[in-house]
Order: sequence, then C-alpha cells, then structure tokens
Amino acid sequence: MANPTTAAAAVARSFLQAASTEDVSPPLRVVQIEGLAILKIIKHCKDFSPSLVTGQLLGLDVGSVLEVTNCFPFPMREEDDEIEADGANYQLEMMRCLREVNVDNNTVGWYQSTLFGSYQTVELIETFMNYQENIRRCVCIIYDPSRSNQGVLALKALKLSDSFMDLHRNNNFTGEKLREKNLSWVDIFEDIPIKVTNSSLVSAFMTDLEADSPVTQCDLSRLQFSSTPFVTRNMEFLIECMDDMSAEQQKFQFYYRNLSRQQAQQQGWLQKRRAENMARKAAGEEPLPEEDPLNPIFKPIPEPSRLDSFLITNQIANYCNQVNGVAGQNFNRLYLMKALQDD
Amino acid sequence: MAAGDSTVLHLSSQTTGLTARVHPLVIFNVCDSYVRRPDQAVRVIGTLLGSVLADGTVEIRNCYAVPHNESSGQIALDVEYHHNMLLSHQKVNPKEVIVGWYSTCFGVTSGSVLFHEFYSREVSNPVHLTVDTGFSNGQASIKAYVAINLSLGDRQLAAQFQEIPLDLRMVEAERVGFDILKKQSVDKLPSDLEGMEASMERLLALIDDVYKYVDDVVEGRAPTNNNIGRFIADAVASIPKMTPSAFDKLVNDGIQDQLLLLYLSSITRTQLSLAEKLNTAAQIL
Repeated sequence: MANPTTAAAAVARSFLQAASTEDVSPPLRVVQIEGLAILKIIKHCKDFSPSLVTGQLLGLDVGSVLEVTNCFPFPMREEDDEIEADGANYQLEMMRCLREVNVDNNTVGWYQSTLFGSYQTVELIETFMNYQENIRRCVCIIYDPSRSNQGVLALKALKLSDSFMDLHRNNNFTGEKLREKNLSWVDIFEDIPIKVTNSSLVSAFMTDLEADSPVTQCDLSRLQFSSTPFVTRNMEFLIECMDDMSAEQQKFQFYYRNLSRQQAQQQGWLQKRRAENMARKAAGEEPLPEEDPLNPIFKPIPEPSRLDSFLITNQIANYCNQVNGVAGQNFNRLYLMKALQDD
Repeated sequence: MAAGDSTVLHLSSQTTGLTARVHPLVIFNVCDSYVRRPDQAVRVIGTLLGSVLADGTVEIRNCYAVPHNESSGQIALDVEYHHNMLLSHQKVNPKEVIVGWYSTCFGVTSGSVLFHEFYSREVSNPVHLTVDTGFSNGQASIKAYVAINLSLGDRQLAAQFQEIPLDLRMVEAERVGFDILKKQSVDKLPSDLEGMEASMERLLALIDDVYKYVDDVVEGRAPTNNNIGRFIADAVASIPKMTPSAFDKLVNDGIQDQLLLLYLSSITRTQLSLAEKLNTAAQIL
C-alpha cells in the first residue's frame, strides 16, 4: 500500500524540516535579575562613585527571558599596558572559581555605573558589538548611584535594537539609509523591563530580618527636600550636551553648504563644457565629453556620520526625562509641605 | 563551654568590646551559596571579607564560598581556591581583607574549631559567623562568635566561642526597598512617582498611629510616657512657624521653579524632534 510509505515519507520530511530549520530565538522580553546581583551591583557602584566602574553579568538565557543570577566586578584599569592580559586572566580566574561553587558561569552581559545618566557613548556601542559577536543575546545594565540617592532605584537594562546593529555593521549612517529603514534616534537603544526574583531561602530571611520601624532610609531620602544639587548637575550636563549638539549641527550645515556649492560648481562647469561643445560643433570638431571625473569639483564629499548626533540626542532626551521625574517628585513634596502646614 | 571550677581557670583578659556589622549582601551571598551547594555537602563554609574600623568594630562587607570536604572525621578546605578568590577580590577592592569565616549551620560544632584555627592563621582574631539556614529555632538566627582562649595558669587549654553583638545594617537593602528583596518575584521596578506614593502612604500611616496613640493617652487607655510625649511635641514643633503669606510665597516660588524646569525640558525635547526631522529630511538638489 502506498499510504504507509507516503505517510512515512511525510513524517520523514517533516523531521528533516524540523532538524534543518534554524533555532529562531524568541525576542528578548524581560530581564530577570536576582536580588543578590542587584545588591552586588549597587555595592560596587556605590563604593567607587563618582568614578565609573564595570563588571560582568552571569546567568542563563531561557526563551524570551534573560536570567541574571550573579555578577562580579572588574578591577579598575589604570594604564593599559599589561592590564590587557591581566584583565583577561582575572576574568578567567573568576569564572573558573565560580564554576567550582556551582554558580552559572555563563556570560550574559555586563553592567556599568553612570553619572547622571550620561551613558550613551560610542564605547558603549562598540562594547555591545564586541559582546554580540560571541554571545547571542546580551544585555547591559546601567545603574545610576546619584539618582538612587533621590530614592529611586535607577536600574535599567539596555539592548541595541537589531536594525541599528545591521546598520552599524555596514558602518553606514547616511541620511538615505536611515530614511530607508525608518530609523530615528529613539530606535538605537531598547529598554527592557526588569523583573526581580529571589530564592525562597533569601526571602524567608529578609522577611524575618526586616527592620521593625515602618520608615526606611529609602523613605527618608525620598521625602527629603533638597534635590537641588542633583537638578543643577543635571541641567549643567544638559547644557553641555546642547552645546555638543549644536556643534554637530554646524557640521551638518557645513556639509550641506559644501554640497550645494559643489553642485553649483558642477553646473557652471557643465555649462562651460556645453558652450565649448557648441563652438566645436560649429567648427566641426569632436565634442568633448560632458563629464570629467578627474576634475576635483566632481569628487563626492563624504557625508558625516549621524551616529554622534544620535547619541547626543539620546543623552539629551535622557536628561530631560530625569529632570521631569525629579520635578514631579518635587511637586509632590511641595504639596505635602503645604498640607502639613495647613494642619 | 562551662568554666568549671573557676578559681584557677580564667578567661583571658581581653573582654572583647568587639561588635560586628554585617551588610545584607553577605546574607544574600551566603543563602545563595547554600542553595547552590553540591548535593553531598551538609553545610557551606566560606570566607568573610571586610574591614576593621578604628573603634574595633568589624565591618563585614563581602564574602565568598570555599569548597570543603567533611567526610567522617576528616576535614579539608580548598586552600588554593581560597587564596585565588582572595587575590581576585583584592584586585577590585584592595581595602577588603579577611575578617573571618562563615558556616551555615546552627551554633558552633566541633568541626568548626579546626576551620577557625586555619582562619586564625590568616588573620588575628577572626570572626566566625553562623547563618542558620535550617531555621532550627523557627526563626532566622545569625550569630557572630569570636574565639577567646581559655588558659589555665600559663597553659592554653581550649578556645571558647563567645558570642559578640551583631548589627545587621540593612541600609542598602532599605534603599533598594524591602519589597523588592522580600518577595519571590517582583514584576516591575517602581518608578519615581510610585515610590513617592508608597513613601507618602507610609508617612500617613505613621501619622495615624501617632494620632491614635495620643488619643489613647488622653482618654487614659494607654499609659503615659513623658519621653514619647516630648518627642511628639518636638516633632510637631519642628514645623517652622511662618505667617501664611510667607509660607504661601515660599511654596509658590518652589512650584514656579519646578514648572520652569519642566518647561525647559519640554522645549528641549521639541527642539530635538524638530532637529531630527530636519537632519534626515530628503535633500532636494
């Protein structure tokens, strides 16, 4: 009977199909961090603030969730001479030791501390690209100790968007490409929501050991009224960024002006050539070509990359958001004060 | 650990005024290493890192687990691992030194003495922390011990583990928010305003409590306590006395400042989107 054989063939085909289709990973939707990793990150960043520090994240990559179960800090790099090899050695050593105590030693990303949210730099993007080559999915966690003093847990998980990564690989940031992909400055970094988990043992301990007073340090720092230093620093950074931004825009203006000037020159040259050709035709000679690739006015001017301006724009947006957040808090505090006074 | 006939036996003269302070990270780390211990191990041993402050308080800031072997009668500790981890940690934070060791069992057992001896070779007067992960008393007990030498005349007899007061500094944990660290899973980190809301709710609850207490005292339902009364009076009096107009002006100025900030940031954002449009606009040449 043909049926069993065709059925078997159908099954065999589907098996082959299944085996040959690539494992498409679902998009990353949530980053799940353990309380332990958060505390470690906070401790490391706070101990060394105001200087910026980095560290490695370890964990597991499960479906659409990236679990971060542990982390370890990187030592400060002073000079770069022999520290390269040292740094790699340190990392290997730490991973090996952690493996012996059954900690997942699977790198899933790195964390870094930042000052007032000024973390969007070219180095960040380059580090991302480096990591992306080796690990399929990596994430960067940013912690802001200065903002945490205002009583907010300023922890953020970032990822480069895929479309941006493609563009970066081709190193192509001209205007048309960006318009093609419909990529604007919002699309560079993706903010991934964070979920916090704790093992039952730890949560049992914490429940037992929780301080008895209902008011915690967190509340004290939130209800405190002096957010002025934070806001002033924020505004200073914002102003500096605006200066950078205007410098970038000047570059663009310059480029466009040059471009249009070059176009005008080309037109003029073309006119001259055409006139010459008319004269030649009248004289019965060969017309000259209408293009002259050797003439310097035909050299295409490279368009400046828009990457920097995008990053700066991102930073400015970040500062604005922060200012908004703090202003909101301050409004609350002011009204609270008013209410207390009325009573 | 009894002193016995105490005429001859006496504790060494250093009564330790030592206290220990433990950061919450240490507890988290210990619990985590306990959960991840190899199947045949009953408890986890590890090193404590930290610093000794000027007034003698030992501040325990960090820790790491060290693999060890505790089969019948024989005790072995992976010393090389311990040294490697110590070096690695010191590369990041050279100020953290060994201040003791921890073990996750209730109370001090006989095996602990050998570990303690090993650690006393590394640092003078190590602190031994026991974190009771088994919850034997039905509650979490974290105790710290120091070894005191019992000497008979001139001879060293034994070491006694004496408990020292332990201060669990939860300041960082409080900053993060106990809610996040307590539950088994929190779906979302609270944003600025949500945090403010929570804090204000707590403040309101506090004020309600104080109100109720004062009412109770006035009606005779609760015993009077002069100290508390004075505290409350001080707190209420600390609201600065200002004429309503001066206060209103203050509040209005504050509101106007904040509005200005909001306005500036909104303008900047508008400018940004405008610049964006212009920058990537199609060039018509």
